[in-house]
Amino acid sequence: MKLITHNMLTSKCLKGVVTGYPLAISATNIKVTEVDFNPDFIVRIIPKIDWEVFWKAADSIGHSDGLPQTVESKLHDNNDFLKKVHRVLLEVEIDEGHLTCPESGRQFPITKGIPNMLLTEAENKFAMLLKSANDLYHEVFAPMPRQI
Amino acid sequence: MSKRPEHQAPPELFYNEEEARKYTQNSRIIDIQAQMTERCIELLLLPEETSCLLLDIGCGSGLSGAVLEENGHMWMGIDISEAMLDVALEREIEGDLVLADMGQGVPFRAGSFDGAVSVSAVQWLFNADKKSHKPVKRLYQFFSSLYASLSRSARAVFQFYPENESQMELLTSQAMKAGFYGGVVIDYPNSAKAKKFFLVLMTGGSAPLPKALGTESGEESNLQVMYARREASKRARGKPLKNTKAWLLEKKERRRKQGKETRPDTKYTGRKRSGRF
Repeated sequence: MKLITHNMLTSKCLKGVVTGYPLAISATNIKVTEVDFNPDFIVRIIPKIDWEVFWKAADSIGHSDGLPQTVESKLHDNNDFLKKVHRVLLEVEIDEGHLTCPESGRQFPITKGIPNMLLTEAENKFAMLLKSANDLYHEVFAPMPRQI
Repeated sequence: MSKRPEHQAPPELFYNEEEARKYTQNSRIIDIQAQMTERCIELLLLPEETSCLLLDIGCGSGLSGAVLEENGHMWMGIDISEAMLDVALEREIEGDLVLADMGQGVPFRAGSFDGAVSVSAVQWLFNADKKSHKPVKRLYQFFSSLYASLSRSARAVFQFYPENESQMELLTSQAMKAGFYGGVVIDYPNSAKAKKFFLVLMTGGSAPLPKALGTESGEESNLQVMYARREASKRARGKPLKNTKAWLLEKKERRRKQGKETRPDTKYTGRKRSGRF
């Protein structure tokens, strides 16, 4: 899993979780793969990523050296800076480890670089909503006498 | 037993290692997938010459992702089948993969993507493979979470194989409910083999739907485009509800026009019998 994906990924589908962001990373194996450098894409993507989350994530896996803690728009012309962002955002990959939901503490395992975000039915937010709507019906409407 | 894969097993089981293998070895499957992805990108109407961040829903072995890469875009894919994702890893795709069930919602934060594509995946949502699966709710959950994860003015294009008219209607109506505008574009509607369905969804304001391929005039292509709302209102305008007074009167009128023997209309016509009878 690349850090760009980590920057977008949430656990908001979990029951009882509101934002579910950012997920904490614990990595046991990190690898670096070569990806073609595309400066236009990096410039376009920087405003979209949550920089603070990105920096903290990079720091937690030990790849933050050379990255500023805050991003300024004048840096967009600086090729070295863009290359550094490119490297951390797209080339560094978490191969094995797990992600932890900040609200519920649920862990999502990462195997072979793929985070497993599958939920059991009991964990799914929507399954719960369904159940509560059903309960509501039985509590409120079912006791009423039928009027025709 | 029907030939549709959706009827055979749930997706995480149907796409096992053997089935996933086909997606790397069968050149016909590869060609078709690539063509459909090309068409999806065309329908996305992305700004030219810029590389965008796209979401591939049901990315499978990354065949569609490879086409996205060729067009210079960065992508992330979600899929429910581990075997298919393993094949994607072998193919050394550039995009990033996440194992997730689209019916449980798209697990990305708001405004992440410039667009979404999906090739032959949404029809799986019509299945209820587990007791707790409610297709309508899963469709809504999927579309509403997808709507949130797209940036404004982004589009989502789904190539899919509807089983019947009502599936298509359900799909569009759930998408509209989640806030999308759009409809279904049918390419080559008169061909049995080349006919392809694309659900084109837009987030920012309604724009005219793109023209379908293989239709002669512009007017005809408009006919092929189906808007869920228009369909619903058409239904409302049609025949009166069966077993009502209006329906009965219409039926009697029709018989009279045909010259058949019909009792005259009175104040008793179409009334319920009293309980004493």
